[in-house]
Amino acid sequence: MVDCMARVIEQHSLSSDYFMLLLKAPEVTATARPGQFVHVRVTGLSEAALRRPFSIYGADQGVLALIYKTVGRGTEQLARLAAGDTVSVIGPLGNGFPLDCGGRVPILVAGGYGVAPLSFLARRLGRRGVLLVGARRAEDILCACDFADLAWDVRVATQDGSRGERGLVTDLLDACLATSPEASTEIYACGPDGMLRAVGERAVAAGVRAWLSLDKHMVCGVGACLACVQRLRRADGAEWIGRVCHDGPVFEAREIVW
Amino acid sequence: MDRTRLSRRPGVRSAGDRVVNNIDMQVNLGGILMKNPVAVASGTFGYGCEYAGLVDVSRLGAVTVKGVRLQPWPGNPLPRHVEVPGGMVNAIGLQGPGVDGLIRDYLPFLHRADVPVIVNVWGTSEEEYAEVAARLDGVPGVAGVELNVSCPNVKEGGHAFGTDPHTVAALVAAVRRRTRLPLIPKLAPNVPAIAVFARAAEEAGADALSLINTIPAMVIDIETRRPVLANTVGGLSGPAIHPVAVKLVWEASRAVRIPILAMGGISGPEQAIEFMIAGAAAVAVGTANFIDPTTPLRVIAGIEAYCARHGLTSARALTGSVRI
Repeated sequence: MVDCMARVIEQHSLSSDYFMLLLKAPEVTATARPGQFVHVRVTGLSEAALRRPFSIYGADQGVLALIYKTVGRGTEQLARLAAGDTVSVIGPLGNGFPLDCGGRVPILVAGGYGVAPLSFLARRLGRRGVLLVGARRAEDILCACDFADLAWDVRVATQDGSRGERGLVTDLLDACLATSPEASTEIYACGPDGMLRAVGERAVAAGVRAWLSLDKHMVCGVGACLACVQRLRRADGAEWIGRVCHDGPVFEAREIVW
Repeated sequence: MDRTRLSRRPGVRSAGDRVVNNIDMQVNLGGILMKNPVAVASGTFGYGCEYAGLVDVSRLGAVTVKGVRLQPWPGNPLPRHVEVPGGMVNAIGLQGPGVDGLIRDYLPFLHRADVPVIVNVWGTSEEEYAEVAARLDGVPGVAGVELNVSCPNVKEGGHAFGTDPHTVAALVAAVRRRTRLPLIPKLAPNVPAIAVFARAAEEAGADALSLINTIPAMVIDIETRRPVLANTVGGLSGPAIHPVAVKLVWEASRAVRIPILAMGGISGPEQAIEFMIAGAAAVAVGTANFIDPTTPLRVIAGIEAYCARHGLTSARALTGSVRI
């Protein structure tokens, strides 16, 4: 990990609440892997404002790409950044997704803008797979074209039925698992806790390995403050308390004690 | 009153001479020889190793590690923190590996980093505090014990000891009997007269005082009408508490002869210098580590520059130099 000042190359709106931020940060992108995150200090907030963690959407040729939703004063301030501005970035942080799926078909399960790190993953995996993406409404479905461009099988569900099937992304997963032999697929998921738990429980029940990227509020981002802990279980059954920012954010579903 | 004498205590390693830009930055915190007056506060810097990729830990005056009791402790449920204007409120709940886990798994890194380690100790009884301190006595790298008598987030211990001066004194005396390490009670800010507590701790055998701890606080989500923190209440830290801390450091420093380690809202050199002028011998950076991990290094450089600008030859000359 490095602590650097990154210059804004470009920022644009993806829809009403979502933005893509492109930063020049070669020190970070040199080692960034899908599933890792960066900790950003938003300029323009008071000196007491904590850093914000963001999954990495892309890290190519020195350009760090982030996708975020404006949910509070930190992200609203971030949305005001323009080309030429600078922000402090610490990263890459966390452990990321494993990139070897052992010849199995990757099933990527995304909730809302949890699709961002999964797009990065799809570009780094050695083979095509299936993207299952769910959200509340059509405007919350992001990046589906990334996967179509890679010739992935993209399936969409929205709760209000405005795009794809009406329902939850786990409905899509149920259908997918029903037609796949248990040893032929590997699941990668990113989204809200409730979705991750549902995905993890289905994967464990089906005997499929699932890698879940947990979304917790973080303070330090490096494992020092213990604000983002998660109960976990070792292979021998012993429980321990892991730090999502440092020991995760990606964990195998069988490790997590919900 | 002389808080600047440099004395040797058994088991305390010399920090060595360190004179940069003709400013002598070395300070003696109750027997802990620090190469400069800037430490990091308990619970805000992990065990040093977490930040090692971003900060040269060996440049710090001291590292105070997170609160530890006899046995491993799971801490509080999530959410454990919330950001507020001017800082944050946390209720981590002193999650930790227990003193034996600390010694085995974490202290060797800091010992290799050649930085004095102050171990924050808590317990549910005098005996537990004393036993933990006794186990730390003689452990390589451990330079002192900060007695956590003021954590607002754990009902089993902590603040229950810190709100009665007689209890503080009894606790310090009990621990004093079990260790030769310098003892630094971390006093509660929410008491009617800090001087009374400071004197009680000094008379019971404390070598220095640490203040302030976080200030008890509460945040409610007005949409759900529920407390944001799972623990309902927590401790406020960050720039918002700095003026409160300055006042308490100033009052305590007038009441005792032992040195003071001051903390509360340091985000740059200015607040650290203010603490020293108010009467602190050394300072600790806390919440600012989460925002900018290099803050302690900026503070060290800033103190040196300030001393040079004001014609001071040592950082120690700042201590208690307030003009009233």
